[in-house]
Amino acid sequence: MSDAEPSDATDSETDSGGVTVPDADADVELDAVSESADMVDVPLKVRDLRKTFGGITAVDNAGFEIKKGSMTGLIGPNGAGKSTTFNCITGTYTPDSGVVEFNGEDITGLEPYEVAERGLVRTFQIARELSEMTVLENMMVAPMHQRGEALWRSVFARNDVNKQEEEILERAWETLEFFDIEHLANEYAGNLSGGQRKLLEMARALLTDPDMLLLDEPFAGVNPTLEERLLEHIHELRNQGYTFLIVEHDMDLIMENCEKVIVMHQGRILTEGTPEDVRNNEDVIEAYLGGEV
Amino acid sequence: MSETDSGDEPKGYGQSEEEDQSVLFGIDFRNDKYMLLTLLVGVFALYLIGGVVIGLPFRGLMNQLGQLSFWIAVFAMSALALNLHWGYTGLFNIGIVGFMATGVYITGVLSKPVFGSGTSAAEVGGFGLPLLVGIVGGMAAAAILGLIAALPALRLRADYLAIVTIALSEIVRFSLLSDTLSSADVAGYKVGLGGGDGVILDYGDPLEVFVRTASVPFDLVFGQSGWLWEEVYLGVLVEAVGSAIPNNPKPVVDNFAYAFVLLLVLGGFYVLITRIGSSPFGRVLKAVREDEDVTNALGKNTNVFKIKSFMVGCALMGLIGILWFGTQGSVTPNTFRPRITFYVWIALIIGGSGSNTGSVMGGAIFAAFLFQGPRYFKNIVETVLGNPEAPSSFGQAMAPLSGGDIFPMLLYTLDSIRQLQLFLMGVVLIWLMHRRPDGLLGHRKESASSIPLTRPTKKAATDGGEDQ
Amino acid sequence: MGASESVTRGRELIVEKPMTAALVFIGVVLLLDMLRQLLTGELAISGMLGLIKDGLMRGLVIGLAGIGLSMTYSILNFANFAHGDYITAGAFSGWSVTYLIAGGFGAEANIGSLALVGAGGSVFGGALGVNIVNTPLAVLAGLIVAGSLTIGLALFIDRFMFKPIRDAGGIPLLITSIGVAFALRYLILFVFDSSTRGTTDAGTVPDIRPLVLDGTVPLTLHDGFLVVVAGGLMLGVHFLLQRTKLGKAMRAMSDDESLARITGIPTERVIRSTWIIGGGLTGIAGYMFVLWKGTLSWNDGWLLLLLIFAAVILGGIGSVYGAILGGLVIGLTASTAVIWIPSGFARAAAFVVMILVLVARPQGLFSGRSTA
Repeated sequence: MSDAEPSDATDSETDSGGVTVPDADADVELDAVSESADMVDVPLKVRDLRKTFGGITAVDNAGFEIKKGSMTGLIGPNGAGKSTTFNCITGTYTPDSGVVEFNGEDITGLEPYEVAERGLVRTFQIARELSEMTVLENMMVAPMHQRGEALWRSVFARNDVNKQEEEILERAWETLEFFDIEHLANEYAGNLSGGQRKLLEMARALLTDPDMLLLDEPFAGVNPTLEERLLEHIHELRNQGYTFLIVEHDMDLIMENCEKVIVMHQGRILTEGTPEDVRNNEDVIEAYLGGEV
Repeated sequence: MSETDSGDEPKGYGQSEEEDQSVLFGIDFRNDKYMLLTLLVGVFALYLIGGVVIGLPFRGLMNQLGQLSFWIAVFAMSALALNLHWGYTGLFNIGIVGFMATGVYITGVLSKPVFGSGTSAAEVGGFGLPLLVGIVGGMAAAAILGLIAALPALRLRADYLAIVTIALSEIVRFSLLSDTLSSADVAGYKVGLGGGDGVILDYGDPLEVFVRTASVPFDLVFGQSGWLWEEVYLGVLVEAVGSAIPNNPKPVVDNFAYAFVLLLVLGGFYVLITRIGSSPFGRVLKAVREDEDVTNALGKNTNVFKIKSFMVGCALMGLIGILWFGTQGSVTPNTFRPRITFYVWIALIIGGSGSNTGSVMGGAIFAAFLFQGPRYFKNIVETVLGNPEAPSSFGQAMAPLSGGDIFPMLLYTLDSIRQLQLFLMGVVLIWLMHRRPDGLLGHRKESASSIPLTRPTKKAATDGGEDQ
Repeated sequence: MGASESVTRGRELIVEKPMTAALVFIGVVLLLDMLRQLLTGELAISGMLGLIKDGLMRGLVIGLAGIGLSMTYSILNFANFAHGDYITAGAFSGWSVTYLIAGGFGAEANIGSLALVGAGGSVFGGALGVNIVNTPLAVLAGLIVAGSLTIGLALFIDRFMFKPIRDAGGIPLLITSIGVAFALRYLILFVFDSSTRGTTDAGTVPDIRPLVLDGTVPLTLHDGFLVVVAGGLMLGVHFLLQRTKLGKAMRAMSDDESLARITGIPTERVIRSTWIIGGGLTGIAGYMFVLWKGTLSWNDGWLLLLLIFAAVILGGIGSVYGAILGGLVIGLTASTAVIWIPSGFARAAAFVVMILVLVARPQGLFSGRSTA
């Protein structure tokens, strides 16, 4: 069980000048090392996924695998079934048939919170901040299995709860610093700009201690400067061992940044491969790039 | 690490800049606690002055103040319980009165003396359990009713939950009214809900039970059963007041003492709800209120959180029902109409949902100005005018208007103050929703963490400076 | 073939929608129990028909008032808790006029007492001989006034209470409507007092009592009049929605308001028309309800409101036909429930049905077909 034991304070003693690395990363790296023997190289496997709404087949026998520590892009024209696939993986929808496997476990049809508990955490297309809460409070919701989430402890065992709260607070600050939004810590999340919300959402997702992050259009509505920063952060996190699956319809972004690209069209997986392969694939050009190329 | 320069810090938590204006006579009015204290002192002073000016007899005045304290405590508690539902979790409960009724009725059934045990002339008996057991049972029953409502209804939209809860509270009332449940044989006990006639609550004076319970440790020391009640309460307190009110002082003291008990319970409510709110548990509740899907995607089983919050709030509402109606000697089903729910909602909205001090202030303002105020005002005016006869209908009040005599209309208005105050409450609610949706005193923020959310200091000694 | 098909479908239902399956099962059990009661003579057939008739009449009133609630619920996106008190307001205003006319504007009783619908027991409808045969003009005038005054009231409340915060969302509007409901209800109570008055001269209303097997089922002219008025108005709404431009605009808005706005539908005008139609029907429903049951009280509308909500939710919010059908179902439930359960729980039964529908099928029984 990934009981969110926030790591010791000493773990976070990092180089003082540069970017502070969140504790979460340290944990993940440790996990990766200790489990590497029996660890699956392919944490996420999707097989024969199918989802229909009324008479419309939104996802039609989709299947793919995501390698550990990789950054994969899922692209396709509007209505290709990317978001539905995403929602089937993360438990928002229950697929009609097919299997979703995460770290060797069948997670098909689990509730969203159960999927998240297993280390597969998503962000939303339109950043959904908890607007009447401050940025810091948004962050502090995220860590899993907090001791103070038990009602009786929140009332009767305050000292116990406080101790963990301090650790959580510290991790929250550090993660905010990592994303350079610590100056917004006490701002209401509802007052942030669109791009800041995206940063907050990613930071919040990180605090859940995930193994893999599913980002739903993380760059939509983000200005180029912020987009650059967001990308830097994603690359850095990837280097630390996180696995990413990114849904995006900005082709170029995906082509430049992902080592693997999956293309969906009309609910099916059209092709997958390196950006180079995909760029030269006739079907893709036909279906998606069209006149652009 | 370098310090964050304070210029970067956004203004958090409603910190006001104009410090000088809000500090008067050394009291910082930005602080909610002082604001609340000022409010309470002001209200009592107003009532006292009103009573003194018209020369209300001392006994009547004391009774008024005792009642005022009672209502403030009742509505503040209710607003706090509702705040847990609506302010924290976003659960739109407009069936509050049903949970109150459940609490007091079940307490009655559990704690009434057994049928035919002599003292009771009531139509049905009870199980004869100690009152405190009955209270726990009543709260549990309210919580279980909450669970029954919550299991299917919590996944509904807020407006659907509203309709379900208000329908549930009416179902409770119809059940209390029904002949079928009015009397039954349960395990040899003749018990029941009494139907339309209601239930006589002949389980003894709750105040006495509370004081005698509190007396247990003293009893051990002094070797006398109920020492606190016999010696201190009756022997000292009532005696002392007797010197000011020679004729039967006990009811006056009882009034105040019971209100004092309620204020203690209110304190307990405040601590409980504040602790819930300022904890990881409460943080998840607030996250659910903001966006349930997001909270779920962060790995929280939101349904469990919602059910817990709903059940705790319902149990508290049950307790309020017991403390409010349990001292009136008897209860009838038609007391528990939706208007009581409406009272609680106004109290919460006046104070601003989401805030506990706001809830208490809202309860106090509602009790003093909207609930008890108009009735007190009526008393005062009637006393001043020498209790004149009011016209019995609107028509009789209207007729003299054509002759320019507005007096009958004023008297009729005054006489109908109990109806008109509900009209007034409706208008106040509309006004609040238009002009002050965050509460009469504006938006207030209460932290969703059990520790102060300042930057952690441990990393470098130099960071310590920024903590105020 | 048909049998095996329905068995398969039944199995699918149990697996996929256990809640719905349970409801169907309960329904079947209740029907069987009713058959048993009829066969053993516990329940007279005429008695049952009487209950059904009663339920249908109530259902018509609920459905008529429900149309307005359903339309405003879907077009303005909030549950209007003041709707019940529009019914009361309509009833009191209409009956005030009926009393005035039937009482010869003071010829037969004090004009103030007439205007206040006999507040405090000063005049009785029975003494004035009010019914559709004796005083048709008074009834018709009352009906029209009830409708028009409620339209005015609905427009006034929308303009000053709801419109200023229309953008704040459904919940603030809902809370505001609760405030409106209480203000209105207690203002009515202040003016008209809390007595429940008998409004009609029930004894002289012509009726027929056809013999049905084991007894008679009385049908009065007021029953018939209710069917004619409610049925006529429902048909009128049907034509309005299907045949007129306004109707199309309303249906478009109830589907998607922002889209309707973009496509150039004059949303404010549509909203106003919605209140006019809904308010008019509601006021008339209030008046007819009082004519039919023969009593009038300040609490009538509120007591009806939850049943109307039940009907609207049952029928699917936004569906006019759903509201009518839902009204009939809820009316029948509330009246025929006494076949199975003690009469004290009859009203509770209707609420339980509503809660079950909300849980099992929150989009309503008849949604998924065309809106409007």
